[in-house]
Amino acid sequence: MIFVTVGTDLPFDRMLKVIDAWARENGRRDVFAQIGEGGWEPEFIEFTHFLQPPEYSKRFNAATLIISHAGMGTILSALMYGKPILVMPKRASLGEHRSEHQVATARRMHELGNVNVAFDEAELRVRLDHLGELRPARRIGASASDELVRGLRDFIFSGRA
Amino acid sequence: MSEKRPKVLAISSGGGHWVQLLRLRPAFEGCDVIYATVREGYREDVGQAEFRLIPDSNRWNKQALVRSAIAIFLLLLRERPEVVITTGAAPGYFAVRLGKWLGARVIWLDSVANAEEFSMSGVKSGGFVDLWLTQWPHLAGEGGPRFYGSVL
Repeated sequence: MIFVTVGTDLPFDRMLKVIDAWARENGRRDVFAQIGEGGWEPEFIEFTHFLQPPEYSKRFNAATLIISHAGMGTILSALMYGKPILVMPKRASLGEHRSEHQVATARRMHELGNVNVAFDEAELRVRLDHLGELRPARRIGASASDELVRGLRDFIFSGRA
Repeated sequence: MSEKRPKVLAISSGGGHWVQLLRLRPAFEGCDVIYATVREGYREDVGQAEFRLIPDSNRWNKQALVRSAIAIFLLLLRERPEVVITTGAAPGYFAVRLGKWLGARVIWLDSVANAEEFSMSGVKSGGFVDLWLTQWPHLAGEGGPRFYGSVL
């Protein structure tokens, strides 16, 4: 099962249109998408607007691949669940997000080996046609780095910054 | 011998901000922590810990901003936390701004999503928070945010 998610906020039609066309051309019935509110609705793949957290976790667990916007919530979840993830950054200039940070997020996460990236529709299509090449990143634990936790504890308990 | 348990409000908006806040949980061991966020569905993420629902807001909707600020102010008055920590975004900004005004020590941890520049609300919070953190070493520096580590 491929789980597609665009985040809880604004829609991401550019990504969904490519995935929907690819799924139709290849007869892929194993794609499910969470598409947000107010955007274009896929014609071939199964979708819902929003998933409550328990349902989201179930979909995430069952997935063999995650395709999503370059949102850190989804990226962190993919790393925790040990799932391969392909991200495409949303662009604020196209009304897909409130700030233009996802290109940077995607680039940096890719440099760290955490995600596969398609920066635009053409790249997404190429990636979809070579899905077998996508591998999961190193799995992460349940919490932040020890250094960050220690720094926060120092501040909370002793007031030292 | 009773050990003092600091009261901490850990607050954020939804999605990635909330996922990051949850990854800080070990930092709150030994504290009386209250989690606050914008979706009821997130309640089960914190198990038996205290959970409060606040209205969501973003800078595109002024009315929601006002509603959110008022709800957060009332929450702060009721709970009087000693420490307020947030990973963003707009509701987190109100929480550190108003929390500071009410005498709490406040922490802004900018989202790891902001890999090349600080978020807008993160920049605004920089002038008054007690601990101003980025999750990217190259964004830290003199007069700017500090880097301790990241949620990864």
